[in-house]
Amino acid sequence: MRMLLGLAAPTEGRAHVLGRPAGDVATRRKIGFLPEHFSFYDWLTAAELLRFHGRLYGMSAADLRRRAPALLDLVGLTDHRDKRLRDFSKGMLQRIGLAQALLNDPELIFLDEPTSGLDPVGRRLVRDVIKAQRERGATVFLNSHLLSEVEITCDRVAFIKHGEVLETRELLGAGEGTLRISMRVRKLTEEAVNGLSPWASSVKLDGECLSFTVASGEVLPDILRFLVGRGVDVYEVTPQRTSLEEMFLQIVGTDGGL
Amino acid sequence: MGAWIMAGITFREAARKRVLWMALAAGAAFLSLFGTGLYFQLKDLKPHTNLLLERQGVGALLMVGLYAVDLMAVVMTVLTSVDTLSGELASGTIQAVATKPISRWELLLGKWMGFVGMVTVYVALMVGGITAVTYFMSLHPVGGVLPHHLLRGVALIWLECILLLSLTFRMGASFSTLTNGVVVLGLHGIAFIGGWIEQAAAVTHSPRALNVGIAASLIMPSEALWRRAVFEMQSPIVSTLGFSPFSAISVPSKFMILYACLYLALALALAVRRFSKRDL
Repeated sequence: MRMLLGLAAPTEGRAHVLGRPAGDVATRRKIGFLPEHFSFYDWLTAAELLRFHGRLYGMSAADLRRRAPALLDLVGLTDHRDKRLRDFSKGMLQRIGLAQALLNDPELIFLDEPTSGLDPVGRRLVRDVIKAQRERGATVFLNSHLLSEVEITCDRVAFIKHGEVLETRELLGAGEGTLRISMRVRKLTEEAVNGLSPWASSVKLDGECLSFTVASGEVLPDILRFLVGRGVDVYEVTPQRTSLEEMFLQIVGTDGGL
Repeated sequence: MGAWIMAGITFREAARKRVLWMALAAGAAFLSLFGTGLYFQLKDLKPHTNLLLERQGVGALLMVGLYAVDLMAVVMTVLTSVDTLSGELASGTIQAVATKPISRWELLLGKWMGFVGMVTVYVALMVGGITAVTYFMSLHPVGGVLPHHLLRGVALIWLECILLLSLTFRMGASFSTLTNGVVVLGLHGIAFIGGWIEQAAAVTHSPRALNVGIAASLIMPSEALWRRAVFEMQSPIVSTLGFSPFSAISVPSKFMILYACLYLALALALAVRRFSKRDL
C-alpha cells in the first residue's frame, strides 16, 4: 500500500495507480488515504485539520466550507469540531482521519486497518462509509487483518504473504457459489464417482464419507438424482461454505504470513 | 503553493514549541539583566569622564550581549527544528501529508521556510531588543550607542542560524532526532574551537595554527559568520580587548561568507534529495 501511495519506492518492478505511475503527484488529487495510526499536530482542532488538508488538495475556501461540516457530520464529530486533537481518543482520531481521506471525493481510497481502535459503533460507521463510497463509484482499497470485516465489506480479496500476492479471489462469488459438499453414502460404485465429474471437482472418498466441491448449490438436486439413479444410498448431505478465515489458512498457511 | 501551505503550518507548529518560548523568556530575562547592568554602569558615571571612552565601554558591553543573543539563537534554531523531520517520520504524521498532491521538495522546503520565518522573528526580536535597550539607555548620558553596521551584523547572525537550520534538515532527512542534534551541535562545536584557534593564531602570528582554524571553518563555517558579524558591528577599540568570542582579530573574508552561503544551499539541496528518495 505504501508503494502504491508513493511513500516507499519498489526495489524492482512498476505499479500504476489510476493509469499513472504509483506516487504521481497530480494523481494524488484523486486519492484519499487513512494511515493505520492516524496522527497529526495535536494542537489543531478537528475543523482546522480538515481545512489544512483541504488546502493541500487545492480545494477552494467555498468548497471547504461546504465539505468540512458534512464530513464532520458523517464521522460523528460535529460536536467536537473545535476540540483539539490532543483531547481526542484513539477512535476519534481514526474518525477524523477517515474524514480527511474523503475530503476530495476521491476516486480511490486507501484505508489501512481503518477499524483498529474503533468500538463496534465506529466499525459500523466505517462499513457504512465504505459502502457509501462504493455506491458513489469510488474504489476502496482496504488493508485489514480483521477478516470478518473484510468478508462483510469487500468484493475482491488478495492474500499477501511476505509481500507477495498469493491469490486474488472474488469474494462475493465465493460466498454465493463455491461449496464443499459432504455426504454419507453406501453402495457407491466407481462408475458413480466418475459420473460426478460434470458437476464436481476435488472428489474424495473416505469410508462412507464422500466429499467434493461444486461451483454452485444449484447443481445439488442433479447430483442427488444421478447418485440415487445409480443405486447409491444417500443418508446425509451437508453443504459447507468456505469462510474467509479458512480460505486464508488454506492459501497463506498456519504461520499467518509472519 | 503547497510549500507556502506547509510553511504556514510549520511556522505555527514551531511557534508552539516550548523551547521557543523558553528561549524568548530567557532572552527577556537576559535583556532585563543586561539593561540593569548598563543602567548602573551609566548611573555611576563620574563627572568629567571621557565620554568617547565611555561610549566604547558601552559598545563593548553591547558586543558581549550580542554574543549571548547569537548563542541563544543558534541553540534555539537547532533545538526547535531537530525533530521536525525525524519526529514526524517516527510518529507517522508525515504520511498524511506526503500522500497529498504535494511534492516531497515542496514539503521539505515549506517546512524549512516555516522555520526560517520563526528564526527571523526570533533574531529580529533579540537583536532589536538588545540594541534598543542599549541605545535608549545610553542616549542621555553618552549620546546613544549603536553597533557600527547593525544590519550587516544582524544579517550575518541570521545567516549563521539558517546555515545550522539547513544542516539540521539535511541530517534530519537521514538520522534520528538524537543523532541529528549530536551531529549538528558537534559540527558547530568544531567551528567554535576552530574560531578560537584562528584568533589565537592571529595574536601569536602562527600561520600553521591559522590554517587549522580556517580548515575548521571550512568544515563548518557557522562560527566564521559570527566573527564576521562581530567585525561589522564592533567599534575599533573593542579589538584591543584581545582575542575573545565577542571580538574579531582574524576576520573571515567575504569569500568565507560566500562559502557559507554555498554550504547552506548544498545542505538544503542534499536534504531535498535525500528526503525525496527515502521511504516514509
